[in-house]
Amino acid sequence: MGVRGYGATRNQAFEQAGLALMQVILDPERVEERESIEFQCEAPDDELLLVDWLNALIYAMATRHLLFRRFEVRGEGHGIQARAWGEAIDPARHRPAVEVKGATYTELYVGREADGRWRAQCVVDV
Amino acid sequence: MDLSLLERRTDHEWHIAPSGAMRVPGILYASQALVEAMDHKVYQQVCNVATLPGIVQASYAMPDAHWGYGFPIGGVAAFDAEAGGVVSAGGVGFDISCGVRTLHTGLTPGDLEAVKQRLADRLYQDIPAGLGSTGAIRLNHKEMDAMLAGGARWAVERGYGTKADLERTEETGCMPGADPRAVSRKAKDRQREEVGTLGSGNHYLEVQRVEEIFDEEAARSFGLCRDEILVSIHCGSRGLGHQIGTEFLRRMLVAAGAHGITLPDRELACAPLQSDLGREYLGAMRAGINCALANRQVITHLARQAFAAVLPPAELRLLYDVSHNTCKEEVHVVDGVKKRLFVHRKGATRAFGPGHPAVPEALRAAGQPVLIGGSMGTASYILAGTTTGMEQSFASACHGAGRAMSRHAAFRQWKGRQVIDELAARGILVRSPSSRGIAEEAPGAYKDVSAVVDAAHQAGLARKVARLSPVICIKG
Repeated sequence: MGVRGYGATRNQAFEQAGLALMQVILDPERVEERESIEFQCEAPDDELLLVDWLNALIYAMATRHLLFRRFEVRGEGHGIQARAWGEAIDPARHRPAVEVKGATYTELYVGREADGRWRAQCVVDV
Repeated sequence: MDLSLLERRTDHEWHIAPSGAMRVPGILYASQALVEAMDHKVYQQVCNVATLPGIVQASYAMPDAHWGYGFPIGGVAAFDAEAGGVVSAGGVGFDISCGVRTLHTGLTPGDLEAVKQRLADRLYQDIPAGLGSTGAIRLNHKEMDAMLAGGARWAVERGYGTKADLERTEETGCMPGADPRAVSRKAKDRQREEVGTLGSGNHYLEVQRVEEIFDEEAARSFGLCRDEILVSIHCGSRGLGHQIGTEFLRRMLVAAGAHGITLPDRELACAPLQSDLGREYLGAMRAGINCALANRQVITHLARQAFAAVLPPAELRLLYDVSHNTCKEEVHVVDGVKKRLFVHRKGATRAFGPGHPAVPEALRAAGQPVLIGGSMGTASYILAGTTTGMEQSFASACHGAGRAMSRHAAFRQWKGRQVIDELAARGILVRSPSSRGIAEEAPGAYKDVSAVVDAAHQAGLARKVARLSPVICIKG
């Protein structure tokens, strides 16, 4: 399953990739914003940074039993700070289809399109 | 895949001559129809694996090969540590030691009929499945390390099974050389509440009926008879295995240059077997194998409890437990010389032939049981390892059907309710927490498992023993 985010900036594309990640699991509209957590990631380049960012979300979901619906990514260069809003998973109400277990380097790309928009994508494993 | 890229050696054996950076040829075992249906990316991935340092003999693809991360799923490759060989986190896969175990029940379809619904409900209630489910066991630091070092043996020592179970599990239930210290805190955190959970995706517990026997002698040796009810469990090392894979893949990628390794694909990240990072990964990966073995053992215990509550005469005895995503140190004969090799099997089953000392004594004459999982509505198969397979592919065979369609395409084509109703009309009860998950796992989204198994049989990798049909499926 692939996730792809577009945005006017790299960080916006990362936010959209986070939303696409949620879409693999469920309809994010079913998630309410009841709590938020902060993330920090650092990597040698933008592509590894995207994988690290998605894996940080996956780890938080797995260990804190959370689902997210909104993301805010800040920072420049090869480090980002981010915040994700969501709530504790309730299987009966959220009806998640599948667990995403990791972001991969397959079809991994972070860069600018001809129209100036940023695209951030990779395959995630379920 | 374009057949003109391949040289056909036999009906079911296709070679790719080494070119460019390839150190060895590629060899595919499959029928013409299966090869034609394979994605070109499988070709590319088989060739990429052939470029890795220290690879021995060939880069192999099993009949169910399809596009994976780095290695194809259904990819097999062996490496010689003495010749600069590597271990690859991508070559093992993320779900370390994902595998199948099959249990006898001693029941017939007649025993089951009146209580089938109740048994399905009970199994679904007792076996945690799907995202958000947690197991009944909470592991503290000490118990986590004991589980990672002990595998299924750890579970049996705590009352989740019997010693007889261990005799019927690869490595007698405990992978030696596991190093719990090489497993990160993050990986352990992901497993703390997940022991004894099925997970989601293509993982399942299935109650099955032996529909047909192909090899009476091997079936007798495996204790199988027509119409017997069996239970099969398909799952792996859950979040822990994934976290190990993710972390080591990244470390191997970053360190590749320092190790003098040129990677044709980032997912092929690897480290020399004789390096600190290579040794550390082996220790962590083996701990991941133990995690999967412990997980399947605890689920076995839960299944036994559910059967005892609904069908007390049932006696769930383990036939065998096989792992699909592993790197194991084994002795194989290469050009007439015995060599100690590190065999990567990614989405491939170990298939030791008759007489192999690692196969339990009671099964040894027939060869190792090779358990091939189906997909809800479709058949599963039991095969046996062969002497020819020992020589052809480092004793490896296929592992399942493999997807023919993406999850997204499947979800657009089917509705979960429709799949459940259609299967119920055929007498197959499905229980799952997710309707969308069922649609994404619809039987039609998978390739024809029978064609894959026939190809493995024809190629001599393993021989067909029995076909199983599903009766109840608890889907993660």
